[in-house]
Amino acid sequence: MVRLPYTTALTTLFSYGLLFAFGQLRDFFRQLIDWFKANDVKGYAPICLGLEDFYVRRLYMRIQDCFGRPIASAPDSWFDVVERYSNGSDKTLKLTSNTSRCLNLGSYNYLGFAAADEYCTPLVIESLKKYSSSTCSVRVDGGTTKLHTELEELVARFVGKPSSIIFGMGYATNSTIIPCLVGRGGLIISDSLNHNSIVNGARGSGATIRVFQHNSPAHLEEVLREQIAGGQPRTHRPWKKIVVIVEGIYSMEGELCKLPEIIAVCKKYKAYTYLDEAHSIGAVGQSGRGVCELLGVDPADVDIMMGTFTKSFGSCGGYIAASKEIIQHLKLSCPAHLYATSMSPPAVQQVISAIKVILGEDGSNRGAQKLVRIRENSNFFRSELTKMGFEVLGDNDSPIMPIMLYNPAKIPAFSRECLRQKVAIVTVAFPATPLLLARVRICISASHTREDLINALDVISRVGDLVGIKYFPAEPPKVSEADHNKLE
Amino acid sequence: MEVILPIANATAAAIARVSAAFNAPHARAVVFGIHIDGHLVVEGLLIAAILFQLSRKSYKPPKKPLTEKEIDELCDEWKPEPLCPPIKEGARIDTPTLECAAGPHTTIDGKEVVNFASANYLGLIGNEKIIDSCVGSVEKYGVGSCGPRGFYGTIDVHLDCEAKIAKFLGTQDSILYSYGISTIFSVIPAFCKKGDIIVADEGVHWAVQNGLQLSRSTVVYFKHNDMASLASTLEKLTHGNKRTEKIRRYIVVEAIYQNSGQVAPLDEIIRLKEKYRFRVILEESHSFGVLGKSGRGLAEHYGVPIEKIDIVTAGMGNALATDGGFCTGSVRVVDHQRLSSSGYVFSASLPPYLATAAISAVNHLEENPAVLSNLRSNIALLHKG
Repeated sequence: MVRLPYTTALTTLFSYGLLFAFGQLRDFFRQLIDWFKANDVKGYAPICLGLEDFYVRRLYMRIQDCFGRPIASAPDSWFDVVERYSNGSDKTLKLTSNTSRCLNLGSYNYLGFAAADEYCTPLVIESLKKYSSSTCSVRVDGGTTKLHTELEELVARFVGKPSSIIFGMGYATNSTIIPCLVGRGGLIISDSLNHNSIVNGARGSGATIRVFQHNSPAHLEEVLREQIAGGQPRTHRPWKKIVVIVEGIYSMEGELCKLPEIIAVCKKYKAYTYLDEAHSIGAVGQSGRGVCELLGVDPADVDIMMGTFTKSFGSCGGYIAASKEIIQHLKLSCPAHLYATSMSPPAVQQVISAIKVILGEDGSNRGAQKLVRIRENSNFFRSELTKMGFEVLGDNDSPIMPIMLYNPAKIPAFSRECLRQKVAIVTVAFPATPLLLARVRICISASHTREDLINALDVISRVGDLVGIKYFPAEPPKVSEADHNKLE
Repeated sequence: MEVILPIANATAAAIARVSAAFNAPHARAVVFGIHIDGHLVVEGLLIAAILFQLSRKSYKPPKKPLTEKEIDELCDEWKPEPLCPPIKEGARIDTPTLECAAGPHTTIDGKEVVNFASANYLGLIGNEKIIDSCVGSVEKYGVGSCGPRGFYGTIDVHLDCEAKIAKFLGTQDSILYSYGISTIFSVIPAFCKKGDIIVADEGVHWAVQNGLQLSRSTVVYFKHNDMASLASTLEKLTHGNKRTEKIRRYIVVEAIYQNSGQVAPLDEIIRLKEKYRFRVILEESHSFGVLGKSGRGLAEHYGVPIEKIDIVTAGMGNALATDGGFCTGSVRVVDHQRLSSSGYVFSASLPPYLATAAISAVNHLEENPAVLSNLRSNIALLHKG
């Protein structure tokens, strides 16, 4: 958890207050000027009224160049970031044709499948020539090819469940599946830091939603007891079913979910569990099978396991793995299966090849090497950052490490200075994180070499000193044995 | 008689004394300079009585929260429904599995069949040039884009594709989404919030309905493709209602309805929109690349300038033989979506090879307008037969 010192909280609040005040001043002058200028769109209410987009106009636009940076090559460990310039006050950014080669610490490329791979790419090109880039049909009406059925069986085998179903987009998977499982009269208990797709799916389902404190099995138990005893709101009828939704690795904290305890609580109170492994499948675990393998949980204990192919497999899309009856039910009722274009066949082939590499079925041990490398890289990077005095969140073995910034002025400072020194990082602020807790989020990949990481640590340390985010005391460098003997 | 008389005398004496105390003109007590008249004493006593009653606690039945043992018993007794309902016997769907590309002729189970199920309107599946450009893209950029648009997931082919589509349609800017159906169900909640009014056609497809539900606005449906019904609905909503001028109002229609195949009469809709001051959201998934002399969609088909339609969305999984979707309109409309459309901000971007396929498909359409006349003659043939 984040420990926010009082002085930092005060200075951060003061900064935001100052930005808010300046924004209001500018808005006031803008209103004056607009009052004089004639408005030719009379009669239509404006798209955003008043303070609805205040944050976007007055705070986000000032640091717009830190986000949405275009790239001109594959998002591998080194990539080309396109330079942009703005004519005045960052309102519009124009592209130049210059690119700069930077180290990529921002893309979700955990196992290094983002660029062309020696095993996967020839197979992808072959499938492109055979099946073309899209099927132009929905799954049930001629959109299912042999590749789709092969992938569904492979995913089920990889994850450890009897059967699975795949979709073309991870976000749509969550937001269309949850309404099929729970409806009115049901209860969804979700972690307070769940992703927007889960929140959207829960809202669209019509069930009652309750939130439990992030990663706290004790509070989950409290909420469950209270809700089962109380029943549905107002009528107090018993709930039809209760689904608890958690994520494997939380993308803004880098923390692992306390899965064994949560599963134990859910089993005791007969609630169903839904595990979203978007960031953890393929990236953690001895053989890449996700948090269940890492924390020693039997996949049969989790009712529904969901994941995406975007992060570790270098493709696009999502999957749900569960028992045969649930998958059969989803195939008959899930709108993303019945109404949406099926997943593009080359993307399916990419996932099939990537899973085969991870399992070692392509005849080499590259998969095992990648898994070992990402674990070593993550642990090395995290320990070095903590030694330097940064406040790093997240657990060991997790490839995501957020470094706390807090102050809004440090966000563009850190981001721009790192880019100038050829390291591309991602900064996250409100609304993805709470207002006072802005951070830098680093994603490690198996394709980063040790030299890359040391170089990155060097740059981050220098920029960290410049910007002043080493909130903790650094460990003194170890005196080597020879020098120690000399001293004595 | 002896008992009564003294009592009567005593009572009369008491009453006389009390009334003397109250009524005697000179027998007035002066307390702190205030003359105390009789009625003041009575009022003082009444106030004291009221204050006494107010200060007493009202009777509430004692609250008894459930004990831990009772909660344990309730939790043990509770039986949840199964997670999925049992499958009815006749409800199985047998989906055909293709063994090659979903072109006009395809193979299922070893047999060659004619394909009337794919939405491959321009026949671009299997087109050599498009596949070559995709191969080049896969070799250069890999398959996936590994990040959302805000965090290094914006690749230059995305920007090229957006510019190309905007130029092709003649609008100011466009924005790409990574999945066909997610386009419309992200666009509608980005613009329509609680308290807004949406007038939508009854026959819109599932993704539009989902977007309407997620937006939490007031939705009023009009009869499918019936302009008289639309006019009367708009009239009813705006008649005499001064408040409606401050609320955002939208009409949501599809160009070619997925569920019924009918074409929406755009000129009539634009006329009504301008009269009642609504904004139009037009869903062009099945008409982009199909209607209009050069495939530019419903606006070209009816000869309406594209600027009059506020928001145009389309899924590219039909005529353009790729995946994903786009939304075009004015710069204000598109810029607003870059930060508040959930399917754009919180999801990984479109794989770059699909964006390249879209660019090649639009190029092909621009260079060979003859495919449209082929399509039209096929449609006419089937209609006649």
